[in-house]
Amino acid sequence: MNELIQESKVVSFVEHLPKTMLPFNNDLLSKASDVLKSIDFPTTRTEAWKYTRVGRIASISTANQVTREGKNLSREDINSTYQISKAGLTFVFENGVFRSDLSSGEFPVGATIKPLTGCDKDELALVGKSLQLENEVFHSMNTAFAVDGMYISIHDKAVIEAPIQLIHLITGKNTVSNLRNFIQIGKFAKAEIMQSFFALDAETSFTNVITEVNVAENAHLTINKLQYETEGNYHIATEQVDQAKDSTFTINTMTLDGTLVRNNLNIEVNGVNCMTNLHGAYVLKSNQHVDNHTIVDHKQPHCESNELYKGVMDEKSTGVFNGKVFVRKDAQKINAFQSNGNVLLSDDATVDSKPELEIYADDVKCSHGSTTGQLDEEAVFYLRARGISEKSARHLMVAAFIGDVLSKIENDEFREYTHSHLQDRFGWEF
Amino acid sequence: MISIKNLHASIDGKEILKGLNLEVKAGEVHAIMGPNGAGKSTLASVLAGREEYEITEGSVDFDGQDLLELSTEDRAREGLFLAFQYPIEIPGVSNINFLRTSLNEIRDYKGEEQISAKDFMALVREKSALVELDAKLASRSVNEGFSGGEKKRNEIFQMAMLNPKLSILDETDSGLDIDALRIVANGVNKLKTAENATIVITHYQRLLDYIVPDVVHVLYNGKIVKSGPKELALELEEKGYDWIKAEVDAQ
Repeated sequence: MNELIQESKVVSFVEHLPKTMLPFNNDLLSKASDVLKSIDFPTTRTEAWKYTRVGRIASISTANQVTREGKNLSREDINSTYQISKAGLTFVFENGVFRSDLSSGEFPVGATIKPLTGCDKDELALVGKSLQLENEVFHSMNTAFAVDGMYISIHDKAVIEAPIQLIHLITGKNTVSNLRNFIQIGKFAKAEIMQSFFALDAETSFTNVITEVNVAENAHLTINKLQYETEGNYHIATEQVDQAKDSTFTINTMTLDGTLVRNNLNIEVNGVNCMTNLHGAYVLKSNQHVDNHTIVDHKQPHCESNELYKGVMDEKSTGVFNGKVFVRKDAQKINAFQSNGNVLLSDDATVDSKPELEIYADDVKCSHGSTTGQLDEEAVFYLRARGISEKSARHLMVAAFIGDVLSKIENDEFREYTHSHLQDRFGWEF
Repeated sequence: MISIKNLHASIDGKEILKGLNLEVKAGEVHAIMGPNGAGKSTLASVLAGREEYEITEGSVDFDGQDLLELSTEDRAREGLFLAFQYPIEIPGVSNINFLRTSLNEIRDYKGEEQISAKDFMALVREKSALVELDAKLASRSVNEGFSGGEKKRNEIFQMAMLNPKLSILDETDSGLDIDALRIVANGVNKLKTAENATIVITHYQRLLDYIVPDVVHVLYNGKIVKSGPKELALELEEKGYDWIKAEVDAQ
């Protein structure tokens, strides 16, 4: 056993990372470090990681992190390139470190927004409450080595109209960025949060981000997430969400770039009459890999969840969708819908799609579906027979396919921003 | 307009068209009739440029161009239009967006300017009225959830929008009730000019009561075996195809 522990790459991976300075609960910290001492990185023999190899993350040379002074950026750079909502509040992190010089200095009435480094122990008392650490290398690593992240507390009955945008930049070589966000939406409150991830001259860098969210009674939260880190960088994200009764939670996840992107969405629906919407679009090429693992756990009756994920995979890219819906014994009258569709644009692209339903209640309406195929060649011919070039015909169809998910995004600015990035990267008109 | 000479085409090694000849001039309407399996739809597919078919012999001259050398989209841009027997449903692609792209790519090919949004919408209104296509259908996804009749009307609507030189209607009448048939035929008749031409491929004579052809051809076993005036269609309706088969087989 001792030998095994010594072989663990986790220990050598984390030994060069600075321990978190955040005032987390001591039990949480000691549990996280215990886990890290006892396990290794998951292999494809681990069911949850069957199709996603993290070997390349494990072999990042963390001892040779090329850390540098914060990038020389101005607010204008942020506004012109990364800011999605002109009306919104913008907060910038570089490699997990809060850049106050690039961030909004104003805060809306009805909300407390600050970096975690500015929080006291009481404010962070609930951090890690629902997050599983056991057998979870990345959760434990994030907990033990979190650099910083955003604390957002929307007060009861507050309605924050302007989106709160968190911009995460990763820079440098072999950078490991453990980011932790903690979000509380008060009773009857409403807010929209954007999280966008970009790489700036980064190489073999790794973002490990956890966003913990509590949506209180009758509160409404939408998260719009854009993953646009460049090739050569790795990204693992977990959203751990607790929903109280009568609440609505929506997350739109757009994955358009990056070498390896894994999204874990763990939604615990702990109250009655909740609405949960999970939408995702992923459009990748070359050797890129995306893995969306979602869990919606219906524990209470009279709730609805809608899940729609669509992907367009070109060249040698690979995709994974694993969507699990639990409907617990007492959770009657649940409507749970799940759908995953994929279009493969090349013979070398692959997708592993696994929708799963576990239903223990008897009066529920649940459906799931998964399709993976190529573009309908008959339709391509039909469009060409009307004078449309083959290239435009394919683009029209891809745009229509993915547009199904994009149309779920209510924020016009976020949708437009996604469009323009799709256009930049793939030359597609939408 | 189009001159087809000794056309041979096969699919998966099986020869379907076996030396087909056909000449259609501007201002004319030609009907091609024939029993099932004669090669009617193959002819339409080959002219539209379906790549599954291999042309082994023959030539097709389309207004001075070698049609067989052109890609499907260039054939359409040169003014060839195929009304599909089974119009394809394309979820998510709106009819409007599709037609604007189509119209603009054709204009671009001809070195013309893009159509303005205002002119385009005016054109949509005018042409959809021609086939009594509900304006709502025009903005829905291409053919998605359309009834059989609506799909065929949508084909003629597209034809009206693109204003082709040569239209080939591939069994546009099949599956239509008499009202839809009349609407579709009316649309086609209104679009007829001295400069364009129409080839109507049909299994039934009924359509030809509404779209009156200048010439009726009988396609059998991969060839045009008989051509005649519009009365030939009536004769076929009355007597079926057996007498023609017998006539051909006897030769």
